[in-house]
Amino acid sequence: MSKYSVNSNGYYGRFGGQFVPEMLYPNVDNLKKVYQEILNSESFQKEYKQLLKEYVGRPTPLTYAKRMSAAYGTNIFLKREDCAHTGAHKINNAIGQILIAKQMGKTRIIAETGAGQHGVATATVCALVGMKCAVYMGEVDIQRQAPNVARMKMLGAEVIPAMTGNRTLKDATNEALRDWISNPEDTFYIIGSVVGPHPYPDMVAKLQSIISEETKWQFREQTGKDLPDYVMACIGGGSNAAGSFYNFLDDESVKLVAIEAAGLGLDTPDTAASIARGTEGIIHGSRTMLMQTDDGQIIEPYSISAGLDYPGVGPLHSFLAESGRATVLAATDQEALDAAFELTRLEGIIPALESAHALAGLKKIDFKSTDNVVVTVSGRGDKDMATYMDRFKL
Amino acid sequence: MTNNRIDSLFAQKKGLLSIYFTAGYPKLDDTMTVLTALQESGVDMVEIGMPFSDPLADGPVIQLASLNALNNGITIKKLFEQIKDMRKTITMPVILMGYINPVMHYGIEKFMADCQKVGVDGVIIPDLPFDEYIEHYKDMMDSYGIHYVPMIAPQSSDERIRYIDSKSAGFIYMVASAGITGNIKASLDTRTQYYQRIKALGLKNKAMIGFGIKDKASYEHACQNADGAIIGTAYIKNLTENGIAATKQFVSAIR
Repeated sequence: MSKYSVNSNGYYGRFGGQFVPEMLYPNVDNLKKVYQEILNSESFQKEYKQLLKEYVGRPTPLTYAKRMSAAYGTNIFLKREDCAHTGAHKINNAIGQILIAKQMGKTRIIAETGAGQHGVATATVCALVGMKCAVYMGEVDIQRQAPNVARMKMLGAEVIPAMTGNRTLKDATNEALRDWISNPEDTFYIIGSVVGPHPYPDMVAKLQSIISEETKWQFREQTGKDLPDYVMACIGGGSNAAGSFYNFLDDESVKLVAIEAAGLGLDTPDTAASIARGTEGIIHGSRTMLMQTDDGQIIEPYSISAGLDYPGVGPLHSFLAESGRATVLAATDQEALDAAFELTRLEGIIPALESAHALAGLKKIDFKSTDNVVVTVSGRGDKDMATYMDRFKL
Repeated sequence: MTNNRIDSLFAQKKGLLSIYFTAGYPKLDDTMTVLTALQESGVDMVEIGMPFSDPLADGPVIQLASLNALNNGITIKKLFEQIKDMRKTITMPVILMGYINPVMHYGIEKFMADCQKVGVDGVIIPDLPFDEYIEHYKDMMDSYGIHYVPMIAPQSSDERIRYIDSKSAGFIYMVASAGITGNIKASLDTRTQYYQRIKALGLKNKAMIGFGIKDKASYEHACQNADGAIIGTAYIKNLTENGIAATKQFVSAIR
């Protein structure tokens, strides 16, 4: 048992827990009782690993970024989640949770989505197994992310606009939770990140841990060395960061770096940096760092990246930051855009705006020429082309 | 423990009617006006909602009232100022209902102390799980004489309900069926089955039924199956459409 593992009550240190109304308690409690057993079962592992290989296309490559390495005077490796089916790491989690839902006898799936990546991943796995799927998406995000909305619809999902609050990811999550309260018998809620009530943060982290499991052996195979010096990932809710860090948590020599979205800047109100600028609070069932007012009302965060503008962060990350195990940096919209452009021109990879925040972190660390640095490219930039076209005058 | 108004009420009366309203709504300074109107209309107990930006268990009507109240400038601090002298005129039990984050931010112990100071009798915090309450807050709340009103739902197991009952005082809030406030789909038959299951458990605590109680018929059905009923969404709707002055009419249409 790692000291960074969740405890039996669902806490990482003082972060986490299960702050749900009694109406959700039976569902969440039931999931808590069975998830470990299902995840560890031979039949689940066999089906999950087979789908990851033959459907998702894993392992995703670990690419030595030669020109980037030269530019930064160090050794940079890219963990290529952009190469996964549907274009991002989100599918790893969706595949795992749909298998758990099936095992539990559920017949209807709900999910929340911001930029639409998790919604697309969920709609995809529902099509794959033939299950009914409803995706909640803020009405504002529906307007902003038309291609992903169309993808979900083509995949057979019902996209339900969240009309409350600011009509973005936070509100979509509220609506999905309300749906689950109203349909506790037949419905399984596939949460897209390491957030929500226990056991979701741990379950999602385990399902994303395939990222670091592969990185570990790929790095050894390619370099002959045991461990990288740095592992870096962007962090909104924190699922790709959790997956990228997971199998390195107990290798204390590996420096873990999470990069939040600073939006227009950490010293402005337009930011989504929950760890840097948030305070401790409770959102969507767990105690974590959170953007909120002095009265405990939740603040709508801002980032150019629709996948990072969540007001909270997974409780694991609050714990890793507080314990010092992870370093948390922040990158602004502009820094992320610059990093996206740089990766595209130096390596021929157009990253998602979320992933571009991780790449922007490279400029903030003084690397040695002998360092080995792994950066997770969590997704590809197709969905962000409208923003890139606008900002780069393409 | 001091004599709690909730306990006295349940000892005297059956067929109770409790009404929920949102603090600071329709206007910031309406809290005491609404509270007074409800007492004068003869309701037995009230729940004052403390607005939260993300009320998970609430439907659109209460969400909107909460949002408006927040825009009006309501805070927990402001609410305590508004009701600081309520015990000069208000004799019925008063319960504060709200989500855990703003309460935690205010400071849970400070919150309970202020509840005691102004004469609040109980709290309903839907997203403070029962086990968390028992482990961390029960002793403290008891020391201030504040009842934590637990919720149970149709999906709650008998074992869970017995456990909650054994550790609670005041009354149990029976959520009528799976759903959020103001949006209940279960048929009367399904609800009756659930109510009868609870009755058969022979709980030591009194019980009030809430969620989906909106008129005379649903109120009476609830009263046949528990010690009373709680109305929220329907009253907020009435408040929005017809104003505070229509409170008496609303209540007399129910009983």
